[in-house]
Amino acid sequence: MRDVAVVGIGIMKWGELWRKSFRDIFTEAALNALDDAGLDKIDSLIVGCMSGGLFVGQEHVGAILADYIGQKNIPAARVESACASGGLAFRQAYIEVASGMSDIVMAGGVEKMTDVSGDGATYALATAADQDYEVFHGVTFPGLYAMMARAYMKKYKTTRKQLSAVPVKAHKNGSMNPFAQYPFPIKLEDVANGVKVADPLHILDCSPITDGAAAAILTTVDIAKKMKKPYVRITGTGMATDTIALPQRESLTWLKSTELAGKRALKMAGRKITDMDMVEVHDCFSIAEIIVTESLGIFKKGEGAKAAARGVTALDGKIPVNPSGGLKSKGHPVGATGIGQVVEIVKQLRGDAENGRQIKGNPKVGMTQNMGGSGASAVVHILEVA
Amino acid sequence: MFPSRIWREMPQRYRLEAAVCKKCGKRYYPPRLVCAECGGRQFDTYVLPEEGKLLTFTVIRTPASQFSDLAPYAMGIIKFDDGLQMMGQIADCDIDKLKIGQKMRLEFRKIQTDDTHGVLSYAYKFIPKWY
Amino acid sequence: MVGIVGYGAMIPRHRIKVEEIAKVWGADAPSYKKGLMLWQKSVPTPDVDTITLSVEATKNAIKRAQINPKDIGAVYVGSESHPYAVKPSGTTVAEAIGAVPDCHCADFEFACKAGSEAMFVCLGLVKSGYMKYALAVGGDTSQGAPGDALEYSASAGAAAFIMGKTNLIAEALETYSFMTDTPDFWRREHEFYPQHGGRFTGEPAYFRTVTGAAMGIMNKAKMKPKDFKYVIFHQPNGKFPLRVGKMLGFTKKQIEPGWLTPRLGNTYSGSSPLGLTSTLDISKPGDMILMISYGSGAGSDAFVWRVTDRIKEARDLAVHTTTLLDKNQIFVDYGTYAKYRHKILKNK
Ligand SMILES: [Zn+2]
Repeated sequence: MRDVAVVGIGIMKWGELWRKSFRDIFTEAALNALDDAGLDKIDSLIVGCMSGGLFVGQEHVGAILADYIGQKNIPAARVESACASGGLAFRQAYIEVASGMSDIVMAGGVEKMTDVSGDGATYALATAADQDYEVFHGVTFPGLYAMMARAYMKKYKTTRKQLSAVPVKAHKNGSMNPFAQYPFPIKLEDVANGVKVADPLHILDCSPITDGAAAAILTTVDIAKKMKKPYVRITGTGMATDTIALPQRESLTWLKSTELAGKRALKMAGRKITDMDMVEVHDCFSIAEIIVTESLGIFKKGEGAKAAARGVTALDGKIPVNPSGGLKSKGHPVGATGIGQVVEIVKQLRGDAENGRQIKGNPKVGMTQNMGGSGASAVVHILEVA
Repeated sequence: MFPSRIWREMPQRYRLEAAVCKKCGKRYYPPRLVCAECGGRQFDTYVLPEEGKLLTFTVIRTPASQFSDLAPYAMGIIKFDDGLQMMGQIADCDIDKLKIGQKMRLEFRKIQTDDTHGVLSYAYKFIPKWY
Repeated sequence: MVGIVGYGAMIPRHRIKVEEIAKVWGADAPSYKKGLMLWQKSVPTPDVDTITLSVEATKNAIKRAQINPKDIGAVYVGSESHPYAVKPSGTTVAEAIGAVPDCHCADFEFACKAGSEAMFVCLGLVKSGYMKYALAVGGDTSQGAPGDALEYSASAGAAAFIMGKTNLIAEALETYSFMTDTPDFWRREHEFYPQHGGRFTGEPAYFRTVTGAAMGIMNKAKMKPKDFKYVIFHQPNGKFPLRVGKMLGFTKKQIEPGWLTPRLGNTYSGSSPLGLTSTLDISKPGDMILMISYGSGAGSDAFVWRVTDRIKEARDLAVHTTTLLDKNQIFVDYGTYAKYRHKILKNK
């Protein structure tokens, strides 16, 4: 296998992009990535998109996007793993380059979520859960994470304030991210006073509905060196799955797939979790970030919420989590989220993070953790400076 | 919902039929074709008890439109005595008084109506045990 | 001898008070309560319909019958609120209890007597030897037009009876039916709510038919009112069964255990069948029970039951009717009731 690097990243302002279509937003991110890499041609495109079919009625996403980003006739495929589609696209692009099949591959992610009603979005997102034995009974995505939150909070005596610390920290970081959907700070009491969505989760515990896209250009380290552009090495990739239905899991307060994906990526990179200078994790809900940080081994069982409340995960904390603002503040265009995480870690490793968001001390190693559904799919990557 | 989709789930939704692996004894609801523990492919059918304990729950306040007449409604996961777990709606309850560990009884209810013209879907909901 | 092997009831927990309904329509609640002799009614939530009530009532009947549902040869659900216009309720009930596929199935409709009709047919089928057991359910989630007098009474509930020849809880000593074409209450195809003939539903309809059936069966059985421990009449409101009982020479004491309407409302096809389940819950071996249903249109089915020794062990095998009726009620306001009963106009 060949050593693989990221030589270009592209993102765009995420949000409710009324004037831009599905193909527009991806093209914008893709062109930014090509410009960042100084390339005008790629060998192959792999794009993560959770539900082009339900959100914009568009399947066959690989071909249409390859054409619209100016790369007609290349091999192009869409991969899907619910909200982990972006992370999966990055992994598949890595495999394609590492295997020697292609030299330059774009890993993209896109979701256009606002061309359907709120009800339509709820329905589309719920397709990531067990249709016949969860969604059939009336559960929504916030509902699934709320059930985990209830179990976690009871087990570890978590307070509302501790849970609220997660979105407050996210918004603080996101307020420094020019591409974030909601780049403004919020207070602890805003979270507690927000409208309830699925008890115990309030509206500010939940990531928003977002239009957005992101792209990364992968190539071999050898080619990257010749390109004379700043690049970042991909040293580990790990993926794991679990039962899609929450009631069939061994534990409601643990994400086995995240644990396994993390271990696999770390083993491949020859790293320990304590080597990470920062992580971008899948905080689709406040509780998700807490359980993910524990499942990855950053914190001990039951310590995630307390650590967040103590500021351990803040930008200047011991282990910054979601310096980008996370899904909560940056936005969660589901298929694009995994690539958005890569964009942030690459920026941090290159020392390019905007507006004082740059982590001090020249970070050298970072991790992304992207997951689908209520955690049935998890994709973890480890990125390191050249 | 197309009728075939509702029809083929009837044994497990109407009669709570679950499967137990003949080789290792692992239980499944809904039933499966291959055991995730031992790879066994032969199962015995058994019927779930009509009582379980509440493991966790939430209150859905922004449901999909077909459930809007019920909102806010509770949903939870219950655990049966044999260890199997199941997700469902919690009906006829005071949403402010639900507690983890509470005993639940299963009751046959209409789950979805497919607007006013489609096939009706029935299955079990959980009711806090009161008698 | 044929009779009841198992019986079971199901009543939704939600209730609405007469005052709540009267308030909306500017009606005088005390006079309605007095006139109808009824102060509240059961309300089905949107996830409850005739099928769900029938399944739950049947499960209770099976618990008391202690039989294998596979041995049930017929499933008959009587209702005027079958959830489908076309597609049987009974197939869902049969599937849910596991009586399929060796089973005969039909839905019955005859206004409020569809349940007793099913009971009547089941007794006949078992008696003839066609099948070992037959299941009869009477249940409704009936609707009264908003503001109509019926809105104060139309309620929800179901009762199920498994008929057989052995291990009887109550023997059917005599049956009789009385039937004429009397259009006192009806609902045309595609109409939401039934219509009725106002006071015409009284003397020429309910009273004539119920007394006709009562006299008919007592003549046939050579029995008098005093020979019965209990009597159950169809109860469209609280007043009619008391009045018809008095006309026939029954005492309030005989009527009371099955007189549920004041606190339940009129469960239509479930009305006299629920009166019977509630009466069986408190009866003793040897008690004679007279049951007279009434269905608009119009007819009455009458039964003479004799309670057996088995009642002692069977009655506590499933929940009692009065537990479902009187315990743990959830009261709703008219707005919630209107939402639950789909009385609020919404865009598709
Ligand atoms: Zn096995």
